[in-house]
Amino acid sequence: MYDVIIIGAGVVGCALARKLSQYNGAIAVLDAAEDVADGASKANSGIVHAGFDAKPGTKKAYYNVRGANMYAQLAKELGVPYNPIGALVLGFSEEDRATLNKLLEQGKQNGVKELRVIERDEILKLEPNTNPDVVCALFAPTSAVVSPYEMTLALSYHAAQNGVEFIFNSPVSKVYEEHDTWHVETPQGVLEARAIVNCAGVGAADLHNQISDQPLQIIPRRGEYYLLDSTVKCPFTRTMFQVPGKMGKGVLISPTAHGNALLGPSAEDIEDGTDTRTTRQGLDFVLDKCRLTWPKVNTRPVITTFSGVRAHPATDDFIIGPVHGAPDNAFEAIGIESPGLSAAPAIAEELGEMVAEHLKLPSARFVRAAVPLLKPFAAMSEEERKEACKRDANYGRIVCRCEVVTEAEIRDAIRRPVGAKSIDGVKRRTRAGMGRCQGGFCSPRVMEILCEELHCSPLDITKCGGESKLLVGTLNEIAKEGRRHE
Amino acid sequence: MSELTIKVDVLVIGAGPAGLAAAIAAKKAGVDNLIVLEREDHPGGILRQCIHNGFGLHRFKEELTGPEYAQRDIDTAYEMGIDIRTGVTVLSVSKDKRVTAVSRENGLQVFEAKAIVLAMGCRERPRGALAIPGTRCAGIYSAGTAQKFVNLEGYMPGRKVVILGSGDIGLIMARRMTLQGAKVLACVELMPYSSGLNRNIVQCLQDYGIPLYLSHTVIDIHGKERLTGVTVAKVDENRRPIPGTEIEFECDTLLLSVGLIPENELSAGAGVELSPVTSGAVVSDTLETSVPGIFACGNVLHVHDLVDHVSNESFRAGEMAARYAQGERRQGREIPVKDGAGVRGVVPQKIVVEEGLQEVNLMFRPDKVYRDHYLTVYADGKPLSSAKKMILTPGEMVVQPMNEKMLNQCKDAREITVAITEQKAV
Repeated sequence: MYDVIIIGAGVVGCALARKLSQYNGAIAVLDAAEDVADGASKANSGIVHAGFDAKPGTKKAYYNVRGANMYAQLAKELGVPYNPIGALVLGFSEEDRATLNKLLEQGKQNGVKELRVIERDEILKLEPNTNPDVVCALFAPTSAVVSPYEMTLALSYHAAQNGVEFIFNSPVSKVYEEHDTWHVETPQGVLEARAIVNCAGVGAADLHNQISDQPLQIIPRRGEYYLLDSTVKCPFTRTMFQVPGKMGKGVLISPTAHGNALLGPSAEDIEDGTDTRTTRQGLDFVLDKCRLTWPKVNTRPVITTFSGVRAHPATDDFIIGPVHGAPDNAFEAIGIESPGLSAAPAIAEELGEMVAEHLKLPSARFVRAAVPLLKPFAAMSEEERKEACKRDANYGRIVCRCEVVTEAEIRDAIRRPVGAKSIDGVKRRTRAGMGRCQGGFCSPRVMEILCEELHCSPLDITKCGGESKLLVGTLNEIAKEGRRHE
Repeated sequence: MSELTIKVDVLVIGAGPAGLAAAIAAKKAGVDNLIVLEREDHPGGILRQCIHNGFGLHRFKEELTGPEYAQRDIDTAYEMGIDIRTGVTVLSVSKDKRVTAVSRENGLQVFEAKAIVLAMGCRERPRGALAIPGTRCAGIYSAGTAQKFVNLEGYMPGRKVVILGSGDIGLIMARRMTLQGAKVLACVELMPYSSGLNRNIVQCLQDYGIPLYLSHTVIDIHGKERLTGVTVAKVDENRRPIPGTEIEFECDTLLLSVGLIPENELSAGAGVELSPVTSGAVVSDTLETSVPGIFACGNVLHVHDLVDHVSNESFRAGEMAARYAQGERRQGREIPVKDGAGVRGVVPQKIVVEEGLQEVNLMFRPDKVYRDHYLTVYADGKPLSSAKKMILTPGEMVVQPMNEKMLNQCKDAREITVAITEQKAV
């Protein structure tokens, strides 16, 4: 029997788990995938929004601004790449100026600091690669970039260090309450808890509608992106937005927290929330829109394209708190689309306190302080590298050439609590395979290390869990099959 | 662990065929303080996984497998007492030829070299660089990665295969996977011609009845966890997919053989000027880059088809690096070598005509297929030679020698140009 089961190990679920790990209680996080951050949390723009987009009075506005204010400290504590680079929203007409002024007003009401509208000359001075047709821009110096999957991972590590149990490959089919106990059905069996929190992203409506008297709809909204090589300098030093449309904040160009240029996203409502394919139309749309910001848009250094599916609530606002009309001790944080990443720390703070209070969990402080993420070998100075090699000879072994990732870092990523179990798991934790060759050279070696650490055969290793196996058999096995078919 | 800087006359980065040849030549030229750094645990480079034959026809006049070819140079190098250090990854090279490297045994080490030979080879262009739409499932590999799994690890990456791109590694893997019991359904090439050697088209596709779809490409990738199929379509002359021409292939594996890129991150860090056409260094006829004392050869300089050419080029680079380390400096004027009509990426990009220079090989690729055209070398627009070629194709690198007489003729020229012309130039 758990005190709390959190369903969904995205950034909201993990931030909440970490918050609840401050209290004395048995906490579990369930996820359908084999790792944390498998949904929208791994595939989004990675922006900590200043908070001028959301309408004043909405939950989006409230949690965005509060969350954003928590980020610098949180990222430092957890050792997550975070960079307050600022943002510009570009306007190309007097009509756009009116919209920007409205955003400025909204931002002020929401409590965003340092916002101002700037003119063409200043824009071109700040960002010389901007389309010279630009007229004016809203300048938000407090906007930042963060590595979203590393933030989620770091939150999960800290939660696990403080006793939270993570249970993967466990899609929840049903939740129901009986004798003051919540029952959570998974393929592995039924888990029990005093309270549940639905943080299930694009799958959250299904669970909500099982227990609430107010059914709601979450629309999967897919966004596609281009990512450029980090060795090619991003043409902009800030996040470059365009005037927002009704489907979201529009297409942006931004350096990521790791310095790659990111272009996107498109916005397309789809049926299946797990459909993260990219499409020709989606990718072309992104490039086409980017030309307005960056007329010389150049895709030669593209290293990958990807998409993420946001959980767009039909009501257009976050739904946070006790589940309406459900038996006691059912909570939710759903419909957390953009600015969800920015809002997550604030949502976790308030929702965590609410859950703890309802359950009367004894208050405590973190038993263990966060162990910040290791400084990557790639970011070390020569002296630090020397020392690291002395400490652990595996630092002397470069596995990923493109991102300069060592064997020591890969082994650590597998060994730590909530460790990597797949090639993608290693990639998100270490950046091995994220560079120009996209794992061409390092994936066989990463596979070997996974086998050594997890005591399994290369035939068991997956790209990202489930049936995503990389190899189908030994040479002899497949040759025999081939002969049988003949 | 040594805290001191290691002083070395010639430092070779990479112990593939290029690095080995360069080291052997440098040693022959009299350099004893010579170190080769190799990031893998064994010397030999990519040849170690190329277990098919066909290597060495030019150089040894026999058909060797990749490992056999490599072993000849490895044996020679060890017999000559060349210091090859494996498991060492170079992290940086500076303009003043300071090199940092890291290894399990010695941690971080710093080398100071009088001359450096860059021989890091190339890497494969991945799926991401092509921005092929579709899912990001397992089962998509660059051909060389699949080759490593099959030939070095003993595992099969799939059973039903489509190959995108007709580069040589893809063609070789079509045959290899077929012989190993997999079914290769198609080889799909965006261009109207193959980018691989003709002999590989015949021996690896035609001999096994594998269809080659020219002017086609993969436009969609299906499968949530593991690949379940790809959609292929014909493309128009602008390489855009033509609606209505889609073909669905049910397969669990997509191999990519869509181009090789010289791996020049270290070179760029040293300030070496790179050519946007070859993606390799800009070099003179001595294979010296824009940074004095730093030389480049093999696939890091420009992607070759034949290892024999890599070795020959690298012998010269090694010898020249040795001479540089011994204090020899060249006198003379640099004459730029330019790509003329139909020519892409001529190497070297400059020639210093000096006493004793007997031959320079100009190497390049045609920009498309030409039949019965003339290959002409000009000095300031005046033809030095013009020879008829039955076929010129981007899949086969052209080696056009300039002999002593031609070199003498362009002593005072402002520039040399190579071009493909319809008529014999006179």
